[in-house]
Amino acid sequence: MTDIQTWTLVFTALSFGVYIYIAYASRVNSTSGFYVAGGGIPAPANGAAIAADWMSAASFISMAGIIGLAGNGYGGSVYLMGWTGGYVLLALLLAPYLRKFGKYTIPDFVGDRYSESARLIAVLCAVVVSFVYVAGQMAGVGLVFTRFLGVDTTVGVVIGMAIVFFYAVLGGMKGITWTQVAQYTVLIIAYLIPAFAVSAKVTGVAVPQIGFGTILDELNGLQADLGLGEYTAAFGSTNMLNMLLITAALMFGTAGLPHVIVRFYTAKSVRAARFSALWALFFISLLYTTAPSVAAFSKLQIINDVEGTAVSDVPSWFTTWAEVGLITQAPSEPGAVGAPISELAPDTVLRYTDIFVNNDIIVLASPEIGGLPAPIVGLVAAGGLAAALSTASGLLLVISSSVANDVYYKRINPQATEARQLMVGRIAMGGAIVVAGYLGINPPGFVAQVVALAFGLAAASFFPILVLGIFWKNCTAAGATAGMSAGLITTMAYMLWTIDIYGNSDGIFGIAETGFGTVGMIINFIVTITVSKFTTKPSPVMQELVEEIRFPGRTELVAKHAEGQV
Amino acid sequence: MAVLLTIWALVSFGAGIIFVEPLNNFSIMGFPLGFWFAQQGSIITFVALIAVYVWRMDKLDAEYGIDEYEEEVHHS
Repeated sequence: MTDIQTWTLVFTALSFGVYIYIAYASRVNSTSGFYVAGGGIPAPANGAAIAADWMSAASFISMAGIIGLAGNGYGGSVYLMGWTGGYVLLALLLAPYLRKFGKYTIPDFVGDRYSESARLIAVLCAVVVSFVYVAGQMAGVGLVFTRFLGVDTTVGVVIGMAIVFFYAVLGGMKGITWTQVAQYTVLIIAYLIPAFAVSAKVTGVAVPQIGFGTILDELNGLQADLGLGEYTAAFGSTNMLNMLLITAALMFGTAGLPHVIVRFYTAKSVRAARFSALWALFFISLLYTTAPSVAAFSKLQIINDVEGTAVSDVPSWFTTWAEVGLITQAPSEPGAVGAPISELAPDTVLRYTDIFVNNDIIVLASPEIGGLPAPIVGLVAAGGLAAALSTASGLLLVISSSVANDVYYKRINPQATEARQLMVGRIAMGGAIVVAGYLGINPPGFVAQVVALAFGLAAASFFPILVLGIFWKNCTAAGATAGMSAGLITTMAYMLWTIDIYGNSDGIFGIAETGFGTVGMIINFIVTITVSKFTTKPSPVMQELVEEIRFPGRTELVAKHAEGQV
Repeated sequence: MAVLLTIWALVSFGAGIIFVEPLNNFSIMGFPLGFWFAQQGSIITFVALIAVYVWRMDKLDAEYGIDEYEEEVHHS
């Protein structure tokens, strides 16, 4: 066993031990504990849990690679602005009001505010979005185990499933929340330590957010020499229209994602819900302002290490990742698989443009690329696992609460006792974990495509009806149902029409499929408002309630509703 | 709230995307300014915006004499 493997094993075992202990200490026996942790989580802890829930394997493992390697550096800004800007919308327009409304889930809000058929559409959207997402997380768990511990992907995913099963089934939302607080701590330390160390080493400035400015000129020069266009140049890979639409789709999608919104129901009070949003974005910004610097440092280092180097002289990080097939020769066409590096003669001189580096290795390999010691590499592996497992558990809770609360309790058996509801919740959770594990071991080909699209779908389906449901008392059930369906159907149709593996069309005005969610959202707003003008208004009590949730404080009606007496 | 949302749109869609090219002609500490807004400045501004909002709402609550701080954990 190499040094790196030993340290990875140490950090993984330690962190898993902590998660299991926390889960045991916070086991629950009530539905409110299972779905929303009893609603008693203090704001900073809730913020850390939101941050861990939100920052998935994609944020931790892939984002820096996408920024640095795909296209030029500026194009990746859509993710940085899109995935953080959504929190401003959440904090100002949704979180405090949804918390005041009470309830457990988005479908619960939709069913209560609008109608039962709207509830079922919302359940369907929430479950589909969550399963697609969770498959990506489980695949990330497999990747970390394979590369760092040399175990089979299947074994890695099964270990991950067993851990999640233990803390999610036993502790529900309460177990998940406190585990996520620990997971945030692990993942942020694992992300920041190598970034600070590399920045100090390369620039002499320890803070990567500042140090990264000093290398941009050099990087721009290198990229220009290679014929790639400057790293910081605007619109090198994406035009202005698509930059705007994709950023907006990610922002409004963030504000409509079920596993994030459910977190505001776990807050102690409306005030705590507001503070949770602030803490969450603060914790997220620590990683999101560091990621672009990791991207720039790694790209600079990779070009310097590879360009003009003979195959026999490449550094060891290059060889190890080439062996697992994540660095290859450049494929002949985009999307194809490149030939292995090992086919090249040892004296071949490499050119950066002739090789293909997988986006996913940048963060996992950054300590090695920067020449940092083995314990740090092990820590990063534990951080990647924490990011993947925390998001997976949040999503699994959305699936199980949608099935157990919104379908079983609200639709099938409203007389169910609390113990029975809890049992159904646990069974749904167990079932969801098994399906998620299967999807992680055998990921369907479209997962990578659909994860980015999930945001567009969330923006096009949920965001308008949530905002209108809170701010417009005359928004009707028929309007919301029609709007949700129209937004969802047009967006899905456009995606199927334009995605490479299906329709492969250029679409209208060259709008990228990832940006169309913004258009779908506008369609949803127009349809919801138009249909609402001509259909039966909500009941007087509901209209009054919608007015009152925006008043400061808690009126009698709001309090009664939150306790289920209206 | 309208003011905060206007700033939100100006730093991200405005400085980060629509006006990125003219802003890139200026540079601070090695960063072209438009690029800095897109990758750092907008995120920092977002955190500040929520902080201002939270603080304003707290003041508003105080004006109305609301003190829900430690009770209220009810759910249906």
